Amino acid sequence: MAFASLSEFLAMGGHGLYVWSAWGVTGLLLLALIGHACFEQRQLRRTLKRRARLGKAQYKSALNEPTSLAAHAGQRDTCNDP
Amino acid sequence: MWAFIHKLGSPKWFFGISTKLQPWFWVAAGLLIATGTLWGLLFAPGDYQQGNSFRIIYVHVPAAFLAQSIFISMAVSGLVFMVWKIKVADMAAAAMAPLGAVMTFMALFSGAVWGVPTWGTVWIWDARLTAMLILFFLYMGIIALRGAFISRDSGSRAASVLAMVGVINIPIIKYSVDWWYTLHQPATFSLTSRPAMPAEMWLPLLIMVMGFYCFFIALTLMRTRHEILRREANKRWVQVLIEESR
Repeated sequence: MAFASLSEFLAMGGHGLYVWSAWGVTGLLLLALIGHACFEQRQLRRTLKRRARLGKAQYKSALNEPTSLAAHAGQRDTCNDP
Repeated sequence: MWAFIHKLGSPKWFFGISTKLQPWFWVAAGLLIATGTLWGLLFAPGDYQQGNSFRIIYVHVPAAFLAQSIFISMAVSGLVFMVWKIKVADMAAAAMAPLGAVMTFMALFSGAVWGVPTWGTVWIWDARLTAMLILFFLYMGIIALRGAFISRDSGSRAASVLAMVGVINIPIIKYSVDWWYTLHQPATFSLTSRPAMPAEMWLPLLIMVMGFYCFFIALTLMRTRHEILRREANKRWVQVLIEESR
């Protein structure tokens, strides 16, 4: 181990603030990405099931429920049958 | 052979294959990132010049690699979409863009934080940093452009063109440290020569880079699947899938 104790590890030789903010933000963003994908999946399931239940199978594609900017991008039209 | 390529482009086929592959990439990502994290934070020796702040390399370099690779993937997907009209390529490109933007931000942020103890500044307008900032703006532009059109197809085509044009930035980023007099250090890894740092330092870095790549693939497969479900919601196979998953 490069560190003799937990407090040494957290201090990172005086550079603790830098190391932990860089690692912390990275870790949080990775977790947020995963979390958002899971949320998106759950929301899609719910929406598609609701649609199936209501028997609206005649609808064109492109669900209109907004999720996030990124997921919403490209959901503009409802007349996009190939 | 064309039948195979045609099958590759089928959303239903892609959905099936990505459902099967996804778990493997998640597991791989988890194991690699966990290993790289523990090794890099706990076991790698401190740098004789930078001390422990160098450990930021283990998030900064993977994020930067991914930021560039994802942009290349988007450009390739855009090309495939424009030339061969394969819709799955566009769905994948749409799924990748936000992830690439986040990776670019991670690289910029961790780099800025690292700059404080190392260079005494959070920012400098040198070639590599400026080009990476431009990359971040390109990502934002692609995401915004895709959503700016009434017709989805128009948005997809515009985003594809911007990705293909913007990809010129990638070799600029990569070679900036060779072409210009820069503050940013030259590459750690190269295809032809040994890294300039000892194995206990660059092995965890390699592991982290591979872990991030697996994360990117796993997440993109997942997000592309969602995009497929959204766009193909009125197709029979999607409805069957939903019914069967009650």
